[in-house]
Amino acid sequence: MNFELTKEQQMIKEMVRDFAEKEIAPYAAKWDEEAYFPVEVFKKMGELGLLGIPFPEKYGGSGGDTISYAIAVEEIGRACGGTGLSYAAAVSLGASPIYYFGTEEQKQKWLVPMAKGETLGAFGLTEPNAGSDAGGTRTTAVLDGDEYVINGEKCWITNAQYSRQVIVTAVTGKDERGKNIISAIIVPTDTPGFTIRSNYDKMGVRASNTCELVFENVRVPKENVLGDPKKGFKQFLYTLDGGRISIAALAVGIAQAAFEKALQYAKERVQFGQTISKFQAIQFKLADMAMEIELARNMVYKAAWLKDQGKPFTKEASFAKLFASEMGFRVCNQAIQIHGGYGYMKEYEVERHLRDIKLMEIGEGTSEIQRLVIARQLGC
Amino acid sequence: MNIFVLMKRTFDTEEKITIVDGKVSEEGAEFIINPYDEYAIEEAIQVRDKHGGEVTVVTVGNEDAEKELRTALAMGCDKAVLINIEDDVEEQDQYTTAKVLAEYLKDKNPDLILAGNVAIDGGSGQVGPRVAELLGIPYVTTITKLDIDGNKVTVIRDVEGDEEIIETSLPLLVTAQQGLNEPRYPSLPGIMKAKKKPLEELELDDLDLEEEDVEAKTKTIEVFLPPKREAGKILEGEIADQVKELVRLLRSEAKVV
Ligand SMILES: Cc1cc2nc3c(=O)[nH]c(=O)nc-3n(C[C@H](O)[C@H](O)[C@H](O)COP(=O)(O)OP(=O)(O)OC[C@H]3O[C@@H](n4cnc5c(N)ncnc54)[C@H](O)[C@@H]3O)c2cc1C
Repeated sequence: MNFELTKEQQMIKEMVRDFAEKEIAPYAAKWDEEAYFPVEVFKKMGELGLLGIPFPEKYGGSGGDTISYAIAVEEIGRACGGTGLSYAAAVSLGASPIYYFGTEEQKQKWLVPMAKGETLGAFGLTEPNAGSDAGGTRTTAVLDGDEYVINGEKCWITNAQYSRQVIVTAVTGKDERGKNIISAIIVPTDTPGFTIRSNYDKMGVRASNTCELVFENVRVPKENVLGDPKKGFKQFLYTLDGGRISIAALAVGIAQAAFEKALQYAKERVQFGQTISKFQAIQFKLADMAMEIELARNMVYKAAWLKDQGKPFTKEASFAKLFASEMGFRVCNQAIQIHGGYGYMKEYEVERHLRDIKLMEIGEGTSEIQRLVIARQLGC
Repeated sequence: MNIFVLMKRTFDTEEKITIVDGKVSEEGAEFIINPYDEYAIEEAIQVRDKHGGEVTVVTVGNEDAEKELRTALAMGCDKAVLINIEDDVEEQDQYTTAKVLAEYLKDKNPDLILAGNVAIDGGSGQVGPRVAELLGIPYVTTITKLDIDGNKVTVIRDVEGDEEIIETSLPLLVTAQQGLNEPRYPSLPGIMKAKKKPLEELELDDLDLEEEDVEAKTKTIEVFLPPKREAGKILEGEIADQVKELVRLLRSEAKVV
């Protein structure tokens, strides 16, 4: 047992923190206000190899591990929740499925440019009528000769406007028991009939690009199907397990930012002749915040470590995602409380953290779904 | 070109300094590459990329400095050398460091040596110039621009906000001032490659030095923090009385008039 980060992991942490403090944090409030997606920052992140951390060099990646990747997500999230979400989605949802399930040709064609940061990637699962119930997917892909013809729509798909391709789940047939077979298909975003819009006015993670996808007779070659066409459902469950580690890391980063602001503020704000950090009620809040963040971070590292070791990590990823997102919400809420009325004002930037972190309890499986996943792992 | 960078591991600028047993406590402190040395590293890499050759980053310190050396390798240096004198030398000052570095460098035929202008902890700015003196090569401090053309070197030097343009020649030692360049972030592939790059560890013995040869020339008598800033005094009453009181305080308490 060794709880210390390796030298590489420490160096990655320092580098990403340094980068995020200089290139992201100073602009986060503005990007939130204007719902601006900082594409130029992603270009720089690509040049530094951040978009390819968990992929091998032969696919344009940096050959790092999941722990390093989680560290990077935390540090970017600490600077800006929206940028953190788009970063996590690009790597975990856009690129990872192709790395896990793609053919060598698909990896060369689609993964390499993503790992190098030349394009982002997206994963389109959710539909207006199929959220938690992903099996209820209505988008269809019908084989016509050598091509799939796709029809349907997807909602709230992160990064699609900045991606060369989106991995889309669609019903491709029925099995012996009459259940829908769901496949994952790589769809280039410039294919005729494929419309991408980004008109959502979001509560938080506003620097993240969130899109509506519409498919009208979109034709893609048959070989764009990802992995086993019959196992699309299983594949995205595995993809989401990995994604949950990154959402948990993102929650830790956002909570850390809120905590640091609250701690500093508590040491400066004077009421009744002393700083409010001298009041036990405030101290207890800060103690709980620091403790919960550290516990969540340890769970993130453990889940990431299990994944790196090739061991089962479904339950631990859900533990991490569920605990980190709910503790993060508590922490951001208390950070506002410690700031009092100032915390309610945008200028102090803690209210943004609360708006940003709320998504962590919803995206990549709601808290309720995490509890279902855990219960299922317990054999219920 | 044979390029060397002198690098120091220092306290993070954001650390709060505490003193325990007459020494600055390092307990739990974060350490970084001395920020001025980062400019030196960046410049060395740029010079190498333009003129060819090899960059070796050297530090005098203990094994904890390996992380900062690896970071320099991750930025793009080719080789690293850690001269670990922790077990051999009890009291160390700028003379010690310079002497050790000069002994190491004297048979390496350096064309260019870069160092930071000052280290943000000790703040003496002596090590670079001392090394150059010991090696008998020219040096220019606080540079903000470096141009190398064959053997000829043109340097812009920051002199308290003004610029001095100096022509000199290789071999040369320069110390980097803020503004020389914008240090790069170590890239992910750089970080991953850094662990495979050579990092040599040397001790005094390997340099044929004895402890007496490098003994500190200075003695630290006392280490103390600047006095705590007291809350200001607000005088009250009639203006005339306040002025009288102020003059009295300036005389008797502050003793400035
Ligand atoms: C900003 C943002 C970015 C997103 N990015 C992506 C993306 O990149 N790709 C993508 O595919 N999707 C994305 N999503 C969609 C997200 O994953 C879904 O919103 C989420 O899975 C929940 O689905 P839903 O919104 O339809 O809620 P619903 O499934 O309708 O759930 C509503 C409520 O019912 C609860 N509920 C549902 N089923 C059960 C049950 N069986 N037992 C108990 N409670 C239940 C839920 O927990 C929730 O509280 C994004 C969403 C947002 C807001």
